[in-house]
Amino acid sequence: MPKMKIDGIEIEVPAGITVLQACEMAGVEIPRFCYHERLSIAGNCRMCLVEQEKAPKPIASCAMPVADGMVIKTDTPVVRKARKGVMEFLLINHPLDCPICDQGGECDLQDQAMAFGFDRSRYHENKRAVPDKEFGPLVKTSMTRCIHCTRCIRFATEVAGVEELGATGRGEAMEVTTYVQHALTTELSGNLVDLCPVGALTSKPYAYEARSWELRKTESIDVLDALGSNIRVDARGGVVMRVLPRLNDDVNEEWIGDKTRHAVDGLRYQRLDQPYVRKGGKLVPASWDEAFAAIVGKVKGLDGKKIAAIVGDQCDAESMVALKDLMAALGSPNVDCRQDGAKLEAGVRGSYIFNPGIHGIDQADAVLLVGTNPRWESPVLNARLRKRYLSGRCAFASIGPTVDLTYPVERLGAGPATLRELSEGKLAFFEKLKAAKNPLIIVGMGALTRDDGAAVLALVRDLAEKVNAVREDWNGFAVLHTAAARVGGLDLGLVPGEGGRDVAGILAGAQGKEIEVVYLLGADEIDVQQLGKAFVIYQGHHGDRGAHRADVILPGAAYTEKPGTYVNMEGRVQLGRRAVYPPGEAREDWTILRALSERLGQPLPYDSLDQVRSRLVAVNKTFAALDQQAAGGWGPFGKAGATNDAAFASPVTNYYMTCPISRASRTMAECMASRQQLLAAE
Amino acid sequence: MAMITADPKDVPQVASFSFTPEYMEKVKAEIAQYPPGRQASAVIGVLDLAQRQHGWLPRVAMDEVAKLLDMAPIRVYEIATFYTMFQLKPKGKYLLQVCTTTPCWLRGSDGVMKACREAADDVTFTVQEVECLGGCVNAPVVQINDDFYEDLDEASTRKLLDAFRRGETPKPGPQIDRQASAPVGGPTTLKGE
Repeated sequence: MPKMKIDGIEIEVPAGITVLQACEMAGVEIPRFCYHERLSIAGNCRMCLVEQEKAPKPIASCAMPVADGMVIKTDTPVVRKARKGVMEFLLINHPLDCPICDQGGECDLQDQAMAFGFDRSRYHENKRAVPDKEFGPLVKTSMTRCIHCTRCIRFATEVAGVEELGATGRGEAMEVTTYVQHALTTELSGNLVDLCPVGALTSKPYAYEARSWELRKTESIDVLDALGSNIRVDARGGVVMRVLPRLNDDVNEEWIGDKTRHAVDGLRYQRLDQPYVRKGGKLVPASWDEAFAAIVGKVKGLDGKKIAAIVGDQCDAESMVALKDLMAALGSPNVDCRQDGAKLEAGVRGSYIFNPGIHGIDQADAVLLVGTNPRWESPVLNARLRKRYLSGRCAFASIGPTVDLTYPVERLGAGPATLRELSEGKLAFFEKLKAAKNPLIIVGMGALTRDDGAAVLALVRDLAEKVNAVREDWNGFAVLHTAAARVGGLDLGLVPGEGGRDVAGILAGAQGKEIEVVYLLGADEIDVQQLGKAFVIYQGHHGDRGAHRADVILPGAAYTEKPGTYVNMEGRVQLGRRAVYPPGEAREDWTILRALSERLGQPLPYDSLDQVRSRLVAVNKTFAALDQQAAGGWGPFGKAGATNDAAFASPVTNYYMTCPISRASRTMAECMASRQQLLAAE
Repeated sequence: MAMITADPKDVPQVASFSFTPEYMEKVKAEIAQYPPGRQASAVIGVLDLAQRQHGWLPRVAMDEVAKLLDMAPIRVYEIATFYTMFQLKPKGKYLLQVCTTTPCWLRGSDGVMKACREAADDVTFTVQEVECLGGCVNAPVVQINDDFYEDLDEASTRKLLDAFRRGETPKPGPQIDRQASAPVGGPTTLKGE
């Protein structure tokens, strides 16, 4: 390990890192624009110049590898002068329009000009102007502000895997462009805005909406896909203005998908802000008291077997445990959190989580995708898979839909027949999996929500054991979920009890009149037409499918409006926090269930959030370990049996609209239109 | 403020482009110079061939090159817009690249430029002002398509262009009595035994 001296501090650093990284390890901050730790090194902004002893001139620290005995100085007159010079050159063509620039207040160029720059310009010629580009409905461009750091080009090429951005021309005529003027075909385009160190790329939906210093920042967890991305919710007053990613190397690194970032405008539209009761076939506004009275009138005295509950995809663990306890108190075994009918069981934890963890993808050396399109089901996870592909020596194969995942994947086949052949060792890829040190088998909802899902699950389990993917030190069996609440629901055991009905059974029962009351906790992804004549209680935050069918609507809170516990697909328990209050008379979901239980004469034994959380831990002690991930237990699961020949299809057919929030979002509608236009043009 | 842009505007739409069998041979030879899997290294040569075949480089030609070399189209656009010798707009039959850098200018490139500008009609002749062509010893120099015409003045340039217009191809090199860059009027040293 090379020993070096940075500003008089002796430090030993790992070989192969750069001087800039070594400086950071020594606690010295180096200004930079083009350097980004998750992208390749460009070395073109020259802001990171430092002085190296015995070197004739300042060196670009981001591109200089460390060597033994280096002596680096970062705060000498030479360095200060160099930085001043670089800043002056960068500002030659940069417009001084900070007061009308959306980046103002959170701009690297602005901050560094203040810290390291010269206090005036000596440039008297005309500044250059560059035509703006079309990057789609999410990224607003103002290319005159561009300082050519090429971070966006490197992100699109390396992380997002869409080689569509480039720098055309040379010298003063250099421009960052797609050249053909079309929207970027990536689900990660919002991250370009975060990466841009100046105001050249800003968020289009957020344009001129707010200033960074007006916003109240709340650290929370995303629920729009099952990855559980760490996010920061920025709100002003009672309105969520934007969502930004938070750093978590084990989950989302520092990226988030476009839906996570931009569907939040859906929180402003079609909200349920007061209770409703259906009277004479029409939903009319009611008070909480009236709504509860309507429910009590229907439910009290009813046999528990005639009551059922379906849990939605974005519920917090608190409301789920309250529902579970309430249904138990009412004597109903008919509870199900698997809205899409996934054939996952609650018993063995290893059977329903992404066992190796998201960071485990980095260690995998052979990957099999079964019935999943990760690019749409979880774009950030797909970027992680691409990262694994780029680091080399990893074979990828898929059984299921043919899609462009941004990295080459050998397609073995379409359906369970191919899976069976593979697990019997008849396909060449079997040997690759077997030879791999850490084989990873990712099974998606496209394979498990089918009628033969249990048999498919058994096949995958069988394959995992045959290729030695489940060992003491590695568990390569991974379920890729699409619903943020699913793992939490299964952890809490929200599955049919003894003699209980699952979702299909509840719907059949509702039509056959064996089920008289159905409680939908944010459940919108079922066919509500099949609820027959049942009395439907809908608790949720959006006037979506479930609410339209409901007989009583109880307005709940969306994920930004309540403190909630979520378990992501890898089984990591994370806490979401309240950024704003729910609109109107809407309330936090567990409190609604608590109040209802009181009216039904079966009061739930908790009155505060702390008590509910203790109850969570009592039901499953996993909930005590926050932000930790480990492979689940292993045991028998799935049900060996016949499979049919239908091809696996991804449950996400439209990335931009998968839940009530994204369906209400206008930005998402624009993204969809833009993508369709692009497809039509091809 | 001058709007600058590399994205060509007002370029005629070209519907399709493909290499003729003759040019395809040359493209294959170009690609064969590099190890398998490194075919992208041939991009500059292949773009040049496309330009020679079509006269200039429309976007369809760049797309075709990208497809042939298995590159993302944007990577080809980057290269084609970076190098000034790639013509992204239609050109006349003869491209006159007039050097106006100091040595040529001192030896009278202004007159040469004047003659060229008057001849330029974008059908037969297109004029471009370029930096040093590296033929200073024979200044002023004009590069016409692939050849250098040297030791020009206004009158000889006119004569030269008239010859091109008539369909002739004048002899490249010095347009005065001079062998390559040897002294005017014959050798001055090492004449005897």
